[in-house]
Amino acid sequence: MSARHPLPRWMDIVLLPAINLIMAFTISGLVVLMIGESPLEAISIILYGAFGYGDGFGYTLYYATNFVFTGLAFAIAAHAGLFNIGGNGQAYVAGLGVIIVALALDQTHWLLAMPIAIVAAGIFGGAWALIPGYLQAKRGSHVVITTIMFNFIAAALMVYMLNRVLKPASSQAPQSETIDVAGRVPQLREFIPFFGYSPVNLTIVLAIAALVAAYFLIWRTKLGYQLRTLGQNSVASRYAGMSNSKLIMIAMTISGACAGMVAVNEVMGVQNRLVLDFVADAGFVGIAVALIGRNHPIGIGLAAVLFGALYQGGQELQFSMPTVTVEMIEVIQALIILFTGAMEGLFRPALERSYALLSFEQNAEATRRATVEPES
Amino acid sequence: MAGSPDTHSQRPDTPAAATGASGGPWAIELEKISKSFGPVRANKDIDLNVRRGSIHGIVGENGAGKSTLMSILYGFYTADSGTIKVNGKAHTITDSRHALALGIGMVHQHFMLVDNMTVLDNVVLGAERSALLSRTLDRARAELIKLGKEYSLEVDPDALIENISVGQQQRVEILKALFRGADTLILDEPTGVLTPAEADHLFRVLETLRTEGKTVILITHKLREIMAITDSVSVMRAGEMVKTLPTSETDPEQLAELMVGRRVLLRVEKQPPNVGDVVLEVANLSVTDRQGVARVKNVSLSVRSGEIVGIAGVSGNGQSELLEAISGIIDPSSGTIAIGGVPLDIRGDDGAARARKAGLAHVPEDRHRMGLVTNFEEWENSILGYETYPAYGKGMMLDIAAARAEAQKRIEMFDIRPADIGLQTANFSGGNQQKIVLAREMDRDLKVLIVGQPTRGVDIGAIEFIHKQIIAMRDAGKAVLLVSVELDEIRSLSDRILVMFDGEIVGEADPETASESALGMMMAGIGQTETAQ
Repeated sequence: MSARHPLPRWMDIVLLPAINLIMAFTISGLVVLMIGESPLEAISIILYGAFGYGDGFGYTLYYATNFVFTGLAFAIAAHAGLFNIGGNGQAYVAGLGVIIVALALDQTHWLLAMPIAIVAAGIFGGAWALIPGYLQAKRGSHVVITTIMFNFIAAALMVYMLNRVLKPASSQAPQSETIDVAGRVPQLREFIPFFGYSPVNLTIVLAIAALVAAYFLIWRTKLGYQLRTLGQNSVASRYAGMSNSKLIMIAMTISGACAGMVAVNEVMGVQNRLVLDFVADAGFVGIAVALIGRNHPIGIGLAAVLFGALYQGGQELQFSMPTVTVEMIEVIQALIILFTGAMEGLFRPALERSYALLSFEQNAEATRRATVEPES
Repeated sequence: MAGSPDTHSQRPDTPAAATGASGGPWAIELEKISKSFGPVRANKDIDLNVRRGSIHGIVGENGAGKSTLMSILYGFYTADSGTIKVNGKAHTITDSRHALALGIGMVHQHFMLVDNMTVLDNVVLGAERSALLSRTLDRARAELIKLGKEYSLEVDPDALIENISVGQQQRVEILKALFRGADTLILDEPTGVLTPAEADHLFRVLETLRTEGKTVILITHKLREIMAITDSVSVMRAGEMVKTLPTSETDPEQLAELMVGRRVLLRVEKQPPNVGDVVLEVANLSVTDRQGVARVKNVSLSVRSGEIVGIAGVSGNGQSELLEAISGIIDPSSGTIAIGGVPLDIRGDDGAARARKAGLAHVPEDRHRMGLVTNFEEWENSILGYETYPAYGKGMMLDIAAARAEAQKRIEMFDIRPADIGLQTANFSGGNQQKIVLAREMDRDLKVLIVGQPTRGVDIGAIEFIHKQIIAMRDAGKAVLLVSVELDEIRSLSDRILVMFDGEIVGEADPETASESALGMMMAGIGQTETAQ
């Protein structure tokens, strides 16, 4: 049954996602057309809103920062064969760690507060993911089920913490005290006025560092090798003498810690306090980002910017085209997730066939394969 | 269904070479069949004529195109060009239903049975003739009993598939084909899972089928079977039909040469063993699986340096569990293992790592499931299980350059083709994948080598190489424990043979003197205490 031949790498990681994106935008365009607006105008508004001026671009990068963290969180677990959809809850609980550190150290200096807050976010987010990881490793409870349940538990826990523990007595709103200016992560606009009033802050440097670190972790370390072995073939990892249960817990902890970095961005860099539901849906967008980015840091970086642009450009579109509602933006986002995630392989067979027919280089390759491939 | 009585019905034991030569009508005629997958030409202008009422063997290495050809005949694939004639009439076979309607049935290597349904249900499955099942079932039951008597294929129609032996499951597959009115039966590697006695019974069934006028096409890589049962044999190599010969005019050496394209050494050449001290000592080992079934029962064995101990047995009698327990993959329920007198603690889910550190290398039975990560590049598989060793980087980091350099060295040492350490492992042939595993496990400082099914799904050319490597390990003073369901392999490689049946070691034999029938008896659990010396 080996009629199919693998595509070369560039087709697999560039051409195929590009086709999927074009399809998603084409159908989105048809939807815009259906409600009587011009798709070309809509796309130009989105592009201008997301990249055209300093404030807009700043917002795009601010959203992208969150999506990088949640995208990496999903990808690292995915490399170990785990489907961590609890990024939202992990980021939310990490907010606790960040606010504790930030409020304790906000009279010192952000250069001291931020690194410690990063560690605290990692510990809280990691611990929140470790529990499902432990249950999976030792009790066989599937992480898909447990992580999604832990999202709800996190939401309830945080409502309690904000109302009963962190809320100052004088306040009516369910939010913590405000972090003093000295303890806040500096905004990029302080160095680059181009970004206007957008909330993009130095956490974006942490996001870029996380992308690089994830690459090294997955492909350059022994642990990464073990995680990938587990993810590809858990029987082989057991045969190799790796402790699968330990690896599952490690992978989930790293994944949760990564998601926790969203809290650094939001709590110390944007809101300057812990607020209700500050994660929004970044955890779930991260899943789409990782799927589109093929669980590779470069892809995740690009996909995070794409979704940041959609978020920001979509907001602009709502202002400029009153007929385009929030729901419409969500439809477009859903279409992108549908084409690049769920239906990722839709065009693969066609592409493989046309490639096999067209390529001379492939002929030589295939002849070689024919002589080495076992019959099925 | 009734077979046309001919001269053979009176003397069913005589090989039907006479019919093969004297031109009876053709059951199957393939003319200039070609099939390409993309630019890969799996079949090139294949001609094949199969005489009605004969047993026709097809041999060839993995990838020679046998399965593709049979899949075309059975309607899984459509040929790009060429004609298929069934009983003299040309047909375009569109799917397997169509093939069945033309009287062509197939018994696959891996059975297509529903484990938790009865024999009768399985036979009827897909051939229900009316909306209400009961009438079909009644008719099928009568038919099944009749067929069973006619071809000595008796099976209890109400037994669940999961409760009957592999040999009986194969009978059900054959009955399925006959029930659907097959006149021509294609059997793909039918004896791979059978005991010698079950294989003998299968051959008697095939002879009966021939006597009844049915046509049998037998795909196998066991040349002995070809010689024993077929009337004529076709050899395929690299997508082409090399030659078709009457079986009486050829011999295994010639067939092997035709298959591989060069002379092949079928017998393993080895010096007498130079046996030293006991290296691997297993005492009272028992393994219980998750369902609470005892798989290995109180097994004790020892392997000395410089000897190969072979464990013979029909697949599924505890050999796999024994190997996995000794190498630390599954936890034994009781028993001890020692290497060089040092007890080995292999419990816990990283037990395999400790076994490796103690000098135990393990070539697993199933390279796809266990021995390799098929999505990894070749060099990545070359460090599997050894990735934490300092040779592949200090501390946390993986020294990719060192791992690749070593993989490159091994690819040359073990002649792994294609010699590309960056190629995805799934793209290597079975034999070359096995060489990747062997190279990884053998090319290091080890005391004990455990090898399971070293040549399963491996080409004849590679088998010769792998056998030589195993002998070389023995001659280098390693203790080798070998498990194989191929009795020939056990007999030719081992210095001592242990026979395993139902989780126990039921006997020991000397490969030089033990007769195949004596070993076969032990493998079937008959005469448990007998020593075949």
